[in-house]
Amino acid sequence: MAKVQEIATAAQEAAKKLGIEKFDIYGSSIDETSVQVDQGEPQQMKASQRSGVTVRVWNEDHTVGVTSTTDVDPIGLELALKTAKEASYFGVKDNAPDFSPEATAETAEVKSEHLPQAPVSHLLETLIKAEKELLEAHPAIAGVPYNGLAQRDIDRFYLNSQGALRHEAHSYASLYLYTKTEEEGRKPRSAGAFRVSPGIEKLDVEGCLKEAAEKTISHLNYDKVKTGKYRVVFSPEAFLSLIGAFSNLFNAQSILDNQSLSTVESLGSTIASPLLCLDDNALHPENIGAEAFDGEGTPTRAISLIKNGVLSNFLHSSGTAKRMNAQPTGHANMGAKVTVSPHFFHVYAGEPAAQEYSLDNADNLILIDDLSALHAGVQALQGSFSLPFDGWLIQDGKRTSIESATVAGDIREVLKSIVYVEKETEFTGSGVAPRVWVDELSITGE
Amino acid sequence: MQSPTLLISKELPSLKYSYTPDRFDETWEAPLSILLGLGRAAGADFIEFFLERVNYISCMAEDDAITSISPRLATGAGVRVFRGKADCYVSTNDLSFNGLKAALEKGLSIMGLHLPAPNSFIPEIHLELLRDYATKKGKEAWLGQSSSMREMGDVLLLANGSLSQKATHVQSRRAVYFRDWQEVLVAASDGTFARDIRLTQSVGYSLLCADGTNRSSINKRVGSTSEPDFLRTWNYANDAEEVAESAAKMLYADYVESGNYPVVMANEFGGVIFHEACGHLLETTQIERKTTPFAEKKGEKIAHENLTAWDEGITRDAFGTIDMDDEGMPAQRTLLIENGILKNFISDRAGSMRTGQPRTGSGRRQGYTFAAASRMRNTYIAPGEYEIDDLFASIEKGIYCKKMGGGSVGPTGQFNFAVDEAYLIENGKVTKPLKGATLIGEATEIMDKISMCSKDLGLAAGFCGSVSGSVYVTVGQPHLKVDSITVGGR
Repeated sequence: MAKVQEIATAAQEAAKKLGIEKFDIYGSSIDETSVQVDQGEPQQMKASQRSGVTVRVWNEDHTVGVTSTTDVDPIGLELALKTAKEASYFGVKDNAPDFSPEATAETAEVKSEHLPQAPVSHLLETLIKAEKELLEAHPAIAGVPYNGLAQRDIDRFYLNSQGALRHEAHSYASLYLYTKTEEEGRKPRSAGAFRVSPGIEKLDVEGCLKEAAEKTISHLNYDKVKTGKYRVVFSPEAFLSLIGAFSNLFNAQSILDNQSLSTVESLGSTIASPLLCLDDNALHPENIGAEAFDGEGTPTRAISLIKNGVLSNFLHSSGTAKRMNAQPTGHANMGAKVTVSPHFFHVYAGEPAAQEYSLDNADNLILIDDLSALHAGVQALQGSFSLPFDGWLIQDGKRTSIESATVAGDIREVLKSIVYVEKETEFTGSGVAPRVWVDELSITGE
Repeated sequence: MQSPTLLISKELPSLKYSYTPDRFDETWEAPLSILLGLGRAAGADFIEFFLERVNYISCMAEDDAITSISPRLATGAGVRVFRGKADCYVSTNDLSFNGLKAALEKGLSIMGLHLPAPNSFIPEIHLELLRDYATKKGKEAWLGQSSSMREMGDVLLLANGSLSQKATHVQSRRAVYFRDWQEVLVAASDGTFARDIRLTQSVGYSLLCADGTNRSSINKRVGSTSEPDFLRTWNYANDAEEVAESAAKMLYADYVESGNYPVVMANEFGGVIFHEACGHLLETTQIERKTTPFAEKKGEKIAHENLTAWDEGITRDAFGTIDMDDEGMPAQRTLLIENGILKNFISDRAGSMRTGQPRTGSGRRQGYTFAAASRMRNTYIAPGEYEIDDLFASIEKGIYCKKMGGGSVGPTGQFNFAVDEAYLIENGKVTKPLKGATLIGEATEIMDKISMCSKDLGLAAGFCGSVSGSVYVTVGQPHLKVDSITVGGR
């Protein structure tokens, strides 16, 4: 907290010197360490301590300029304020941003933990052991080319010239293990797993390597899949990837910019099967590193986006909320143009399904475990996607790994073609979801 | 008797370090030499400092208003410590001597090393005379010569107005520009001491058209390095016309029917096929991880005999052009494949040390928070002997991929990339527009299927994301024919 107060004091002094009466600052400092290993040996270790702030300045014409900087000493802050003031004369005149009306409102109590960092030697020992166990899990696993164990402390703050001052800190640790196989006469296969926790000691290392091993082994006996239309089941991770790629559906700023599949009038319309509910909830108890306020200082909260298939809310900054006559929702990112983004999705079942399904007796169905190349294969503004995936063909309940294939469709059709949302949810890095069953998607394989 | 020039570590606190705080010049030699000596005295095999200063600005016009001007200022440094074949990278915002020393100390401690005791002698590190590409090539003035905030806004508004005149069914139109000015200094315990200034700029359009349920979105980006006048000379009218025409054609396009097809890939950004399907797999990073099928193939045939490919740092003004890499090595032209034979890999310092491949001036990083890694620069397939019409004439039914989107390659060599603008080829002729295509394949299989290259080499600006962050690159190729590839669609 002392550092934040130093920045606040330095900013106030620099602002006074420059004749700036109205400004706000969002910033963070990060202290992180990570390690990678290769065949039992340390490969690369990294450590970083860095800070950065974004300052906004309002001029006498009430237009806004923004500058970000990594120099948070008094000289750096003064230069940033000066540059922001210069930029303010080119700021937007229509719908210019202002302080959030909730910048001093009470925030929710977040139960984020701040655990002490472990020594690098402990990180290395943990990762080397995990790699070794993974290599021993099956003779075909020849390497773990992508692996990493990291720990990170994050301090973040928001302050403004009207007295708002927020600060919070949390820590987390993460582990990823991504294998590669080698078998005579067979193509190499790969699979991975990821875990995150508030600190190294709480990290589910065993679960991560077990999942990576099981997935890898399950992909060894692969086969081509015939091109055609299939019922598809998305894993929690795959479904959340898809929702994330099309999050412009709920993004108020994108809607106002005509960069969304929704319009202002879409609110209240049916956009999905009544079986589906979707919330965004930064404060979800499973969200590691939950944040209590956004980049404008607005408190975060749970927002229902889809309720039984009906589009029920948008994600707002203070500016979009004002323009749409709504409340800010705590999803703003400070910038010259304030943007809006989700925190942590929570997918769950809505209305009861007419029929419940099980993978144990499913037939001619594709289970998609992981979608890749979302940056390339998603046309977010058109609604369409065509994506490579890892998954299995299920015939009479038996799984066969799919060699190489793509799934294609339109997100609006996917949401409306949901035939079953399972009850049991699973935590992933970006949210919590169950498996979601969708009818008739195009699969391109053989 | 010890040489009087040798420094004893207890004297460090009383030394005065008078380096220029806002410029990386030869005054940084003394403090960096001492820090490098400290690292060597601690037992590190090799130490490298990378210092960076960034003055970045982006500007966006939406419809007929400037909605964002975002300056970003950054300074930072990274120190890399090698011990054996393992290395450690520590980054910091603090460029003071004590800040850099603290980063070094942290790196050493992670490697199990410690700064020498107070009475230890610090080895002398003799840095070369500063290799100053910035001063030598007159780059000091570039920042001042680039467009002002006002000019950025004026040009983008004019450009968006031009797009408005040429496009139909417009839902939104954006023109986006950025200028990235970067000053870097590299000092290493092998004597490397080099400085450079890079000026990278990019401008482009993003157009979304809609008519009922039909939608099309087309992006176009051009980029340059080393050209302060870049924005002033942007031919936005031509680009507006091209973007508008593509969006109009794709608005009512049918979805591509999935299957295996022969394809003709257009020049310029079509080069992403080589970037993803082969370029990444020739980086020593991939050899280290054993994630490339080409690791043991040097001197062997890995592609069709009609295919020759280069990766070079020195193409004039191209988006991936650098005078020196981020490890201080001068850039060079690297012949990757010659008539189908693998000639060279793309190598950085660590990759060279771990794989034995020679360095190629390819150690690149997004910024000071990343350690350098082997990365592509300007990568392209060389022109061939065919006329473009020969390629189409050889196809009875196939796909013409006129405009490519992004792509990626996985650890098993399987690659994919999206097609933003495609057409059906029927009996040697380009016919109806198609949308929604994704191309997927195996690197080892596709390279032998690139059977025809035309004479019209074209380059395009792009961004490449990998282990050392996002770096500016050029992709390129002439029109080429792939005999067969899987096209994912509906």
